[in-house]
Amino acid sequence: MSIQAETVKQVAVLARLKIADEALPAFVQQMSNILSLVEQLNELDTQNIAPMSHALDMPIPERPDIVCNANRKEAMLSNAPDCVDGYFQVPKIIE
Amino acid sequence: MDPSQLTLVQTQSMLRARQISARELAIAFLDRIDRINPDINAFITVDREGALRAAQQADERLHQGNATPMTGIPIGVKDLFCTENLRTTCGSKMLSRFIPPYESTVTRKLKEAGAVILGKTNMDEFAMGSSNETSWFGPVKNPWDPQRIPGGSSGGSAAALAAGLALATIGTDTGGSIRQPAALTGITGLKPTYGRVSRYGMIAFASSLDQAGPMARSAEDAAVVLQCIAGHDAQDSTSIRADVPDYAKTLYPRMDAIRIGIPTEYRPDNLLPEIQQALEKAEQIFRDLGAVLVPVSLPHTRYAIPTYYIIAPAEASSNLARYDGIRFGYRCQDPVDLKDLYTRTRTEGFGDEVKRRIMLGTYVLSSGYYDAYYRKAQKVRRLIANDFHEAFKSVDLLLTPTTPTTAFPLGDKIDDPVAMYLSDLFTINVNLAGLPGISIPCGTDAQGLPIGMQLIAPILKEENLLSAAHAFQTATTWHQRKPEL
Amino acid sequence: MAHDPLYETVIGLEVHAQMRTQSKIFCGCSTTFGAEANTQICPVCAALPGVLPVLNTELVQMAIKTGLAIQGKIRERSEFSRKNYFYPDLPAGYQISQFELPIIEQGELHVVTDDGNKKKIGITRIHMEVDAGKSLHEGIQGFSWIDLNRTGTPLLEIVSEPDLRSSQEAGAYLKKLRSILRYLQVCDGNMEEGSFRCDANVSVRKQGQTRLGTRTELKNLNSIRRCRCPGNPTLGRHLEHHPSHARQGRGPRLSLFPRTRSPPAGDSSGPH
Repeated sequence: MSIQAETVKQVAVLARLKIADEALPAFVQQMSNILSLVEQLNELDTQNIAPMSHALDMPIPERPDIVCNANRKEAMLSNAPDCVDGYFQVPKIIE
Repeated sequence: MDPSQLTLVQTQSMLRARQISARELAIAFLDRIDRINPDINAFITVDREGALRAAQQADERLHQGNATPMTGIPIGVKDLFCTENLRTTCGSKMLSRFIPPYESTVTRKLKEAGAVILGKTNMDEFAMGSSNETSWFGPVKNPWDPQRIPGGSSGGSAAALAAGLALATIGTDTGGSIRQPAALTGITGLKPTYGRVSRYGMIAFASSLDQAGPMARSAEDAAVVLQCIAGHDAQDSTSIRADVPDYAKTLYPRMDAIRIGIPTEYRPDNLLPEIQQALEKAEQIFRDLGAVLVPVSLPHTRYAIPTYYIIAPAEASSNLARYDGIRFGYRCQDPVDLKDLYTRTRTEGFGDEVKRRIMLGTYVLSSGYYDAYYRKAQKVRRLIANDFHEAFKSVDLLLTPTTPTTAFPLGDKIDDPVAMYLSDLFTINVNLAGLPGISIPCGTDAQGLPIGMQLIAPILKEENLLSAAHAFQTATTWHQRKPEL
Repeated sequence: MAHDPLYETVIGLEVHAQMRTQSKIFCGCSTTFGAEANTQICPVCAALPGVLPVLNTELVQMAIKTGLAIQGKIRERSEFSRKNYFYPDLPAGYQISQFELPIIEQGELHVVTDDGNKKKIGITRIHMEVDAGKSLHEGIQGFSWIDLNRTGTPLLEIVSEPDLRSSQEAGAYLKKLRSILRYLQVCDGNMEEGSFRCDANVSVRKQGQTRLGTRTELKNLNSIRRCRCPGNPTLGRHLEHHPSHARQGRGPRLSLFPRTRSPPAGDSSGPH
């Protein structure tokens, strides 16, 4: 299956990425090649097969409702590229 | 003392007998890293200070008599395990200055056992790659031939071992990232059952496939490391609640009446002839050790790569959404607005292969394609897993090549993603099914490059893998070969 | 429109109720309201690289209690999924929610409308999900500030059938639902602090038709009175007067993939 350059651009917007115009043809070609590979799956009839989302099916463990984390504000902000007055700062959010 | 000649198990007894101190050992390895790492680029970060501090504590423990089998052992850890106060980059510009405020479960267990972490090993960016060429910190060179790739994504962990820069390393394996580089560098690499080792603090690529495991110079050494890191973890809901056997004790040099299946689908016509021959010789050795070899079929094998290249990018595109330049990591200069912040941060912070997989994943998850791609792949995944469950009704282990070729030249496949993906042909199925698999050296090609073979076991049967690999290594010397450096 | 006897208003409500657990849905951080910014966050809820969610079982108990109170069906196996979108107060870039297999389905609530009639309102589903953080905008030139304390607070999303026909009925439904949650001690129902929030889907159709007209979404009706404002006899009217309240979610919503599973109701050993 081939994918159109326009679709690749739309997907990039969804993924918050920008593909430079000069890189676009190669990107489109590579994605098309990968999607052609993937087309092989259509050979298989999977109508009555249950999807497998994890390797092992097991009950998830129980976590008791206990507050066990102390205030680690400094450590949690220590990697932030921009923070002011204990907040993470971002360009104005326009609703 | 030449540290490159030691094995982990030998070193254990030397430390216990006080023939060497943990400090002397750490210094010997750090010096060797200083000398050799610039040529092979196996480490992104060397933590000399931390290693010497850990070595001193290890010496105290050895002195007090409360050492564990890992106490004082110098190791390398793939740079995607979060280490508190030690930079963790995931091989990416995005995290090139990230100092985690918390510790991963795997490194916590290693530290608590007294292991000496020499540094963080190089890797493909976000573990996406099969050649270690996508790292933002530059490619890793194969110690057997610096013009060639070491495999990936745990290429640094594999090369460090092959070059004698550590006694063991920790890798992760999502589609072959422990086993493929182990094969291409002539070392032993084990991918445990999905959930055998905690994923807490291990930076996620594809959550339903990722698994950490030991890389070492022998199965015996790998058993010691796995013992240390395996087990249930309350911080990882998908880690398995099952007792961890004493792996070192279950190693046995014979394989009487063990049934080994040879999947016909894993011997394609275009398999490198030397690999085919090495496998045939290995089969004979297993027969000599008492094993019974039988042909088996895994009919859905050829669908593994397409299945994987839907599931893994889909999960990755979601897992990598958190890299937005807000709470940690790279942020673009002077964003004009929020959209610009997101888009430029991610465009500048991620490399091409990561972008390609995020794009692919975003595409297959987008509404309209979800059922056709993602849901379909999850169904085929079950068919692939069922093949293995069927096969294991009649055999105890499966034997396959680890890779279709030996180490290829740097730059050979980097511009052709599909060709690169096909190098994981024999390893990906094991991740999709969640099974344990091990790669061990079993020969060389005409140029002397290592060849690896893979053994696969049912869920939680790591001890059977280690025991079979140990038996093979008792009868052969491939694992003892070392490159000249 | 709604005054025209030929037409009727069709309303479905989505309530987001914060559950009164001590700790957050997937980590051991406190859920206390009003703390200093970013003092109740950890690597897990702030979505640092490498972290994993571990479900708070008290939330599952609260969801089941709520499900029983509205005579809903309780699923023995429910499933969490991710809803992917980029927003600064959503640190992971996805919300963990339930999509295909919610914990509760097919419940009902009986309300008494203002004219004294009894009416049964269907509840399509109740599912568990995480709350987002908060953004501050006022008085900050050119920037917004992010406080992640609320991130990871457990929510139940309670989705009604489009059985409501007037703002009065909607108000009666919300009052009844809120009193049940308070009685069960699973939610404090405080609308001002945002622990009980309501979105409405409103459409208008000709009497007797089954197909719904164009749907309008109203976000964050933050008081019951607002739903019943006498000057605005219908929520549809309300929209015309306050168009800023209508929005189509927060940008692209991709499909989901399953992540973790909740334990089955009343069986601690779980599905195998």
